[in-house]
Parts: sequence; C-alpha cells; structure tokens
Amino acid sequence: MKFAIQVNEGPYQHQATDSAYQFTKAALEAGHEIMRVFFYHDGVNNGTNLTTPPQDDRNVVNRWSELAKQHDLDMVVCVAAAQRRGIVDEGEMQRNGKDAQNIAEGFRISGLGQLIEAGIQSERLVVFGD
Amino acid sequence: MMSEQIKKFMYVNRRAPYGTIYAWESLEVVLIGAAFDQDVSLAFMDDGIYQLVKGQDTSEVEMKNFSPTYQALGDYDVTKLYVEKESLEERGLTLEDLMPLTYEDEDDDWAEKDSIRLVSRAELADIMDEQDVLFSF
Repeated sequence: MKFAIQVNEGPYQHQATDSAYQFTKAALEAGHEIMRVFFYHDGVNNGTNLTTPPQDDRNVVNRWSELAKQHDLDMVVCVAAAQRRGIVDEGEMQRNGKDAQNIAEGFRISGLGQLIEAGIQSERLVVFGD
Repeated sequence: MMSEQIKKFMYVNRRAPYGTIYAWESLEVVLIGAAFDQDVSLAFMDDGIYQLVKGQDTSEVEMKNFSPTYQALGDYDVTKLYVEKESLEERGLTLEDLMPLTYEDEDDDWAEKDSIRLVSRAELADIMDEQDVLFSF
C-alpha cells in the first residue's frame, strides 16, 4: 500500500506526531511505501533542530530525522505554516532576511501543493491530529 | 494544473473560526488545492458551522477576519459546501444566519446558484463515504 502521512500537531504538547511516527515506522517495516510525510499547523514544529528534550525522554525530532535517513523518507514542512511559526531553512532565511536557520536534518520546506499531490498520488492519506 | 487522475476531495471543518488556527489554515489548503482540478467539496459540522456565520467582526480581538474568503470559493470552482442540519439546529442557527455563498454554473448559462447545501447527518455520512480523500480540520 502506498501511504501519505499528515501530521497536524507539534511535538510533546500532543501525541499525534508520536502516533504518526509509530505508524510510519510500522508501515515501512511491514513493507509498505510512505510516499511523503507532510507537517502542517503546529506540526511544522517537529522540524526544528533547536529542541533539547530531557535525556530520559524520547527525542521526537531526531527520531523523525533518523527514520528519514534509514528509509529515504520525503518529509515536507508547509512553508506558510513554517513562516508563521519560525521554522527556517537556508532559502527562507535569505528570502525573509532572517539571521538563522533551524530546519532539522531530513526535513524540507515546500508548499501546500505537496499535500494535495500526496492526496492524489497515495492510496491512503492518514491524518494525525485531533 | 492538470493531474493524471481526478479524486473526490472533501475538507471537513469542525472547529470554530477563531480560537485556533485550524479553520484559517484549512481554507489555505482549499485555495491551493483548487488549482489541482480535483472534485472538491467542503463539509461544515459541529462548531465548524460558525465559520460561515455572516456579520463576523473580529476587530475587538485583533484577529484577522478571513470570512470574506469563503465568498471567493465559487471563483475557484469550489461550489459544494455541505452544511450539516443537526449542527445548525443544535446551535440555534438557521441558513438565514449564514453568509449567502454562490457560484456561477458554467453548465447552466452561468446561472447564479447557492453553494451551500443543507444535508442531514445521515446524508453527510453517505457523502463522506463516497470520498477518496478526507481532510479533517
């Protein structure tokens, strides 16, 4: 099965991203395809490399980055939602005159068209959030 | 933008327009998605009904009033807005309380038609069942 995943909530505040991660990992291990993971609303906060959770807790951001590396996952952060919430890559930094970037490894910033395309091209779009 | 296949996309709006950003960012998805030539509809239920209430004034709370954007949906060929009857009634509202939203039907000599379609909870369940992709906001 060809899945697309949408994550609508940020890390730690909400378990949606944990569930999305577990689902994605399990689907990949079962031999399914994850064609894209799209981060929207506060979900874009999963893509910052500035988080420092306590050492005895899971590292939500690094966990996504590692999974992406292992499986060559396409993890997309919505640009409009990211601009509102301060998730910045090299291009956004230059375009908007910021003095820093914080996009975590394995994530890329792109448009909402990537979400619509995921809905069209996947067999199932699975949404995590309330 | 042409896509290789046409799917039935439904955006389900269940939350009030202000208080959280879900309604506004949902509308942004709808507007971008309109360029993909899919078979699009919107559903309004629960507190999502309030997104369509007319006469919204957000000046005192300094939130952006994005309700005029719903009136542009017809120009984006987004012409099916299902409003759940029970959700309206539970909130003491009628169709008269909602913004008049219309579109011009190109298959009917550009006649102006209502975009809002009042459906029962059971009917909406059937319509949802027909969809290929459901976005819930």
